[in-house]
Amino acid sequence: MAWFNRKEKGIVTPTENKKETPDGLWYKCPECKNVMPSREHRQNAYTCSSCDHHERIGSREYFEILFDQNQFTELDPHLEADDPLQFVDSAAYTQRIRASQKKTGLTDAVRSAYGTMNELPITIACMDFGFIGGSMGSVVGEKIARAIAHALHQRSPFLMISRSGGARMQEAGFSLMQMAKTSAKLALLAEARLPYISLLTDPTTGGVSASYAMLGDVNVAEPKALIGFAGPRVIRETIGKDLPRGFQTAEYLLEHGFLDFIVHRKEMKEKFSRLLKMWLD
Amino acid sequence: MLLDFEKPIAELEEKLATMKEYALQHNSNGNIEQAIRELESSILQLKRSTYQQLTRWQKVQLSRHSERPYTLDYIQAICEDFIELHGDRNVADDKAMVGGFGKVAGQTIMFVGQQKGRNTKQRQLRNFGMANPEGYRKALRLMKLAEKFNKPIVTLIDTPGAFPGILAEERGQAEAIARNIQQMFMLRVPVICIIIGEGASGGALGIAIGDRVLMLENTWYSVISPESCSSILWRSWEYKEQAAEALRLTSQDMLHHHLIDGVITEPLGGAHTDPGLVFQTVKDTLLNHLEDLLALSPEARISQRIDKFCRMGVYKETSLV
Ligand SMILES: [Zn+2]
Repeated sequence: MAWFNRKEKGIVTPTENKKETPDGLWYKCPECKNVMPSREHRQNAYTCSSCDHHERIGSREYFEILFDQNQFTELDPHLEADDPLQFVDSAAYTQRIRASQKKTGLTDAVRSAYGTMNELPITIACMDFGFIGGSMGSVVGEKIARAIAHALHQRSPFLMISRSGGARMQEAGFSLMQMAKTSAKLALLAEARLPYISLLTDPTTGGVSASYAMLGDVNVAEPKALIGFAGPRVIRETIGKDLPRGFQTAEYLLEHGFLDFIVHRKEMKEKFSRLLKMWLD
Repeated sequence: MLLDFEKPIAELEEKLATMKEYALQHNSNGNIEQAIRELESSILQLKRSTYQQLTRWQKVQLSRHSERPYTLDYIQAICEDFIELHGDRNVADDKAMVGGFGKVAGQTIMFVGQQKGRNTKQRQLRNFGMANPEGYRKALRLMKLAEKFNKPIVTLIDTPGAFPGILAEERGQAEAIARNIQQMFMLRVPVICIIIGEGASGGALGIAIGDRVLMLENTWYSVISPESCSSILWRSWEYKEQAAEALRLTSQDMLHHHLIDGVITEPLGGAHTDPGLVFQTVKDTLLNHLEDLLALSPEARISQRIDKFCRMGVYKETSLV
C-alpha cells in the first residue's frame, strides 16, 4: 500500500464491548442510505463508511473513542437538576427531567471524566444532546466548572465536547449565568497555562457557542456540524431572506476563521494527542 | 405612547392639569383648590395601586417604554464631560454599542452600553439596540483601554438581544460574546453593570460581567425574551404573559435568586416619568459602589467577581447509596 493511502489506525475496541452489538443489527445512514452492520458502524467511530456522515453520539461513545481502553473515572455523577423557578409550560420541568432521565439513562446533559488519552492524562466533559436537547442548566454549568477545576487541580489538559441547542429555558436566569460560570473557570485555566481543546459537534448553538465552546486554545469541529449563535430559523425570520448554502456549517466557520481545523471522528484521538504532546513536550 | 395601564392615570392627570389652568385663569377659590387636592391624592392612590400590582409582563412593557431613558441619556446626564470613542479597529463602528470616557464627580469612568433609537430613523441606525460582533469587540477594546489607564468601567445594558443576522454569524457573534464574558472576569479595574432596560440573554451578558450587577426596578434580565420563550415552549406567540411569569425575569426576581447584586428604585410610574430623579439615583448608586470597590485590590476584585458567578446555579447533589 502506498504511504499516502495508509489507513488511519482504527479505534481500539475491547473484545467484550464488541459483543454488545449483536450480529444481524444494521445501521442505515440517514444521508446516503448506505446500510452497514452496526458493529462496523461502531468500529468506524459511528461514521458512515460510504459518505462519512457523523452520527450524533453522546458521552458514552466519545469516552469509548477517546479514553485509552475505555477506562475513565467519572466526575460528579450525582449532580441532578433542581427546579428553582417551579417552571411549568405545557409540562412541568420536573416531569421533563424525569422523562429525559428515564429515556436516556443519564442524569443530565453533560458527563465529565478523567483518564488517559494515548497515555496522556486528560479531563473530558461531553454533552449529551439526547437530554433535553443538550440544553445548559445549572447542572451542566456546575459539572463543567468542576471538571475544569479538576483539570486545574491535576494540571491536566481539558477537552470539552459540545453538542447543544443552547440554554435551558426552564432555568431562565440561572441558565444564563452558567455561561458566565464556565467562562470564568476557563479564564483561570488559561491563566494557569493549561491546554483547552474545544470540540464542537452537531449542533452547537446559542449560549453554549457563546461561552465555553468558542473559547478553546483551539476550536475544532466535526465535519458538517451546525455551529452558530442564533439558530437558522431565527435568522431567516429576522432578515426575511433565505440563508446561503452551507451557512453555519463547520466548513463555513473554518472558512471565516473561527475554527482551527475540522477533524474526522476516526482521527480525533490521534490528532488531539499529537497536538497536546507538541504543547506539553 | 401610553401603555394600557398608564391610560387611566394619564386621564386623571390631564383632568388635573385642566383644573389647575382653570384655577389660574379664574381667581382660584377654596372649592377648586380642595378639588385639586382631592384629585391629586386620588391620582397618587391610583398610581400606587397600579404600580404595586404590575404583572411581570407589564414590567417588561415598562422596560421597553418608548420614552424610557437610553444609554446616552444617562451618560449625558451623569457626566460633567464625555468623549465618545468609536470602532472595533477591525470591521466597523457598531452604532448599537456606544462607549467613551466620561467625568463623574471628578472621576474618569469608561462607559459602555447598548444604544436604542427613539424614532424610526434612529432605531434603524441603532439597529434596535442589537449589537453585531463588532459591537462586542468595540466594547472589549474600550474596556481594555480603561484597564490600561486604570479607570473604572460602567456598562449600561439595554438590548433585546445580540443581532441574529448573516454577517453577525459570519463575523463570529458567538465568539465575540464568549470572549467578552471571559475577558471581563480578568479586568483589573472595577466593573459596575446596570441593566437600564432590557437584558436579553447572551447579548446582555456580553457586557454584564461585573463586580456589581444592578438592575433598575422596571427592567428585565433573562435567558430569553418572553415572546421567544412563548414561541418555543408554547409553540405560539400568544403566551408571552405566562412566559414572563414563568421566567421570573424582573429585578425583584433576579435579586431574590441572588443572580444580581441590587435593585435601583425608579420613581412611581417608571423611569420615564421623572428621568432627572433616575439619573441622580443612578449616579449616587454607582459612586457609592465605586468607592467600595476602589478600596479592594485588583486581585481581590477579580477573585470575588469569579466566585460570585461561580456560586450561581441550583442543583441537587445526591450521594451514593
Ligand atoms: Zn452515508
